[in-house]
Amino acid sequence: MSVGRIIAWAYVAVILLITIFPFYWMLRTALSNNYSLSTDPWSFFPVDFTFGAFKRALGLASPAEAAAQGGSGASLGLTLALRNSIIYAALLTVCTVFFSAIAAYAFARLHWRGRNTVFSILLTALMVPQVLTLLPNFVLVKDLGLLNTFAGLVLPNAFFSAFNIFFLRQFMLGLSTEIEEAAIIDGAGPLRVCFRIVLPMCSAPIATLALLTFINTWNDYFWPLLVSSDTSTSPLTLALAVFKQSSPQEALDWSGLMAATIIAALPMLLVFMVFGRRIVNSIGFTGLK
Amino acid sequence: MVVTTHNNSLPVRGATAASRVDRPRRTRPGAAAHRNDAKIAWLLVLPAILGFGVFFAYPTIRGIYLSFTEFHVLSAPKWIGLANFIELIADGVFWKSLLVTIYFVVLSVVLGMLVSLLTAVILHRLAASTTVRGLMILPFLISGVVTALTWSLMLDPSLGILNVLITKIFGHPVLFLGSGGWAVPTLAAINVWKSMGYNAVLIFAGLQTIPATIYEAGRIDGASEVQMFRRLTIPLLRPILVMVVILTVISSFQIFDIVAVTTQGGPENASNVLQMYIYNKAFRQFDFGYAATMSLALFVLLIAITFTQLRMARAGESDTN
Repeated sequence: MSVGRIIAWAYVAVILLITIFPFYWMLRTALSNNYSLSTDPWSFFPVDFTFGAFKRALGLASPAEAAAQGGSGASLGLTLALRNSIIYAALLTVCTVFFSAIAAYAFARLHWRGRNTVFSILLTALMVPQVLTLLPNFVLVKDLGLLNTFAGLVLPNAFFSAFNIFFLRQFMLGLSTEIEEAAIIDGAGPLRVCFRIVLPMCSAPIATLALLTFINTWNDYFWPLLVSSDTSTSPLTLALAVFKQSSPQEALDWSGLMAATIIAALPMLLVFMVFGRRIVNSIGFTGLK
Repeated sequence: MVVTTHNNSLPVRGATAASRVDRPRRTRPGAAAHRNDAKIAWLLVLPAILGFGVFFAYPTIRGIYLSFTEFHVLSAPKWIGLANFIELIADGVFWKSLLVTIYFVVLSVVLGMLVSLLTAVILHRLAASTTVRGLMILPFLISGVVTALTWSLMLDPSLGILNVLITKIFGHPVLFLGSGGWAVPTLAAINVWKSMGYNAVLIFAGLQTIPATIYEAGRIDGASEVQMFRRLTIPLLRPILVMVVILTVISSFQIFDIVAVTTQGGPENASNVLQMYIYNKAFRQFDFGYAATMSLALFVLLIAITFTQLRMARAGESDTN
């Protein structure tokens, strides 16, 4: 019995180690001097401790400084990509959650002919993977002249998300009708009921959805890769990948790159620290990425 | 549909019962109150319908249309009938990348399910805290690009900590991402690292819905731990396991970012998964028509797999009941 528990805890410890170690290694490498890194790849602690890599990643280091620390000369200058990621993720999150919420309200709380038909048509989108719509959507965004714009990045998912509507409708169906009816008797119209009563009652699932959408958008790579080749709109994920690919393997600025990955992952780590419990609990009943 | 499995764990328990009781009373004032709902409802649903039509339904139909055309983006698509499909059948690289994708999916699913099921069961038995579960989903929160970059550092032949270790033991490094034999298993392992915690938490949530009394009854009947796991846990977890497998299959079939950042399909197409091949066809060779054909093939494949899995899951359910 107790031997079993020891083995079980040992297993958990190993799994946690495998999970956490790469994050530590990112940090350790980011705080190293890139020149010295190759002399001591074995070191558990940062080699020749410096914040230089973070300065390089954010474009705060002069070219001479960067070269002295083994940067590839070209500065990563991620500040613009950081700004783009924030705009992209925030804009999409606000739009998709707002439009899904009002649609979910109409599907859950209003009585109208065609409600179920429209809802089931919209739900078919859950079945079709992104791959089929990706290329035509690219062509569409290109034809609309929206390549390299935030509109092009955001539009395809801004107004409609089958999962978000489904998720919120499900919650709204379970709300008690009493407060709503009292408001209607007092003369409130459906819009007033929606924005003043039902949506505030849904603040918890709305926050969960916003969180999941923000995480997914922040991490998105494929769609930005297609529609925003220009640095003026490309988010962090794209900037990182481009940097890795354009550097010759032997001269790769690993410290700089790891500093950049930390900058890219930091908002998610913060989100995790603040909302960790909510995310863990939400996974249980969302079951969808 | 995938999601419905979880309806009952949504926080609506008390409310559904209440509304059922309310219903007879509600209909009369409700009917009057809802008289002019329709206009508002259409207004509220309009953005979603527009989004669905413009960026989902229209592109889906257009994608199917484009797969019958020769299309290089700059000029108008030209209808060429089944030519793309005939090319597809004869395309060795396509079949190779299909095999590579299936190999990757199978490795990801088998390895991922084993580890996440084991982890979930152990966490459940140890009554481990939310913190432990939380730490396990960390990799799920970061992007595939960050994951890929971090692992390419750790697996680097000269600098990577894993290869430094391997060199100390075996005298030579392993080209994890640079050799034909290792590339796909390595990518699958990275994929499992990224999604294991998420899947474990999902299965964990499923385990918590199994009432403890069932195990007590099992224990009284003299069942061993292994027997109870096989006869009680697995059948009762079946719906959630099916869901996790389907989700893993679908997401692994569409793997792109990890491959794009690490191997880009190399060496010599050894890790050229379908999504990578489609991307290269469309955006490196600008052969959009053919890329659309492959997307359609991948889509049909995914639908077929999903339906087969659901069918099998249902057949299995009636077995056990």
